[in-house]
Amino acid sequence: MTALALPTRRDEDFRYADLAALAPLWPIEPERFVLEADEEAGLSIIHTGADPVVREIELDLAAGAKFALHLLNAGTVYGRFAVRARLGAGAEFTLGAAQLGSAGQVLEVVTEVTHAAPDAISRQVVRSVAGGKAAVNYLGKVLVEPGADGTDGEQSVRSMLLDRTATANNRPELEIYADDVKCAHGCAVGELDANALFYMAQRGLPPEEAKKLMLQAFVAEAFVGAAEEEALLDAALEALGALV
Amino acid sequence: MTLLTIENLHATVADKPILKGLSLTLGAGEVHAIMGPNGAGKSTLGYTLGGRPGYEVTGGSVTFAGQDLLALEPYERAAAGLFLGFQYPVEIPGVSFVQFLRESLNAQRKSRGEEPLSGGEFLKLAREKAALLKMDIEMLKRPVNLGFSGGEKKRAEMVQMGILDPKLAILDETDSGLDIDALRIVGEGINAVMRKPDKAVLLITHYQRLLDYVKPDFVHVLAGGRIVRTGGAELALELEERGYEAVAA
Repeated sequence: MTALALPTRRDEDFRYADLAALAPLWPIEPERFVLEADEEAGLSIIHTGADPVVREIELDLAAGAKFALHLLNAGTVYGRFAVRARLGAGAEFTLGAAQLGSAGQVLEVVTEVTHAAPDAISRQVVRSVAGGKAAVNYLGKVLVEPGADGTDGEQSVRSMLLDRTATANNRPELEIYADDVKCAHGCAVGELDANALFYMAQRGLPPEEAKKLMLQAFVAEAFVGAAEEEALLDAALEALGALV
Repeated sequence: MTLLTIENLHATVADKPILKGLSLTLGAGEVHAIMGPNGAGKSTLGYTLGGRPGYEVTGGSVTFAGQDLLALEPYERAAAGLFLGFQYPVEIPGVSFVQFLRESLNAQRKSRGEEPLSGGEFLKLAREKAALLKMDIEMLKRPVNLGFSGGEKKRAEMVQMGILDPKLAILDETDSGLDIDALRIVGEGINAVMRKPDKAVLLITHYQRLLDYVKPDFVHVLAGGRIVRTGGAELALELEERGYEAVAA
């Protein structure tokens, strides 16, 4: 699937990408996971480094297979994680991703999940926090092919902006060619609740501590049930320290 | 000993003057009630003393336990011993009461140069204070105020007050939304936690009924942004009988 020519902004999936950072890494060799029927696997990625990272992950899940991907995208420069998943009958794909940035970096998660057969489940939870001039992006498409009845798809995408100079781009997308389909998508961009911050301050919490506590809870939603939940949360907490 | 001195306080909200020369002195060991009609500035007084953003002091001074209160950040005011009981306690998803209160208390202790409480020590304290307000400790393991009824939120405010053990509690309509039994429990909780020689309470309320349980030493009528009348507990009864208009005029 690797295209040889460097993408441009006209490519939908690269509309908000950091193309200058992408160029030296291009083309990207996809990492491919093929799961047999009823096989279960998972992957946890913690990226907090100072090098640009672009990864493409391809998942092919046979009937009843399950794959869980958990991701902390919190490097100080460009970080892009693209996932293309194809789900067989009754297969289940879970994505829990948190993106944390406060420099000028672009952090993005790009997904395309194809429900190719009936009764597959996909759950995507993405929580992004951006301060400074950071941009956090989620471009996610759920494609339900003809005959993939009983599809259960969910995209829960929320972004928190800590400064008015930060950017969040969220684009959940549904393309459905089957009739009996449940696809929920929620998408919101907001700021920390000023009332809650004052409430917490009034009980004695300094502003940085209060923000950290709220953001920790916000980010934790992405890692519920992850095999390496604790390691992900610890790394996220450390990254949050730099944000507030 | 004087705990709080408010002198000629002026404050605006969104450039609109609300407090217009309010003066009030609270001595240690005293319970004061502030009553007044809607829009008199009662809640504004509480928020201004708590340091809520958007409540701007344009004149006057406030001295709390010997410090210039208005020079302190909201969290520093809390550490100095000021507790504001909210009329509408805020929900904080994903953060448990236990975690929130332990971190709050330890932040206060740290700023006072005291050792932090361990998890075990904190839970013991929380259990004790929750029992005082007849609240199940399990409720404090839930996210802050989330899914709590109006009355449960108010009770939880009092549990928090017990845990944080302030010198001065400003309780903004803590009685609203409480049924008769809860009102009594909250009233007894206020007495148990705050009726001490070194503490003081400022009760902001519309009604007399809470004052049946927490007997005030002084009752003030706030109207038009200043205190227009001060009396003893009997003033609250007179207000209840004759209304604000007749008494404040």
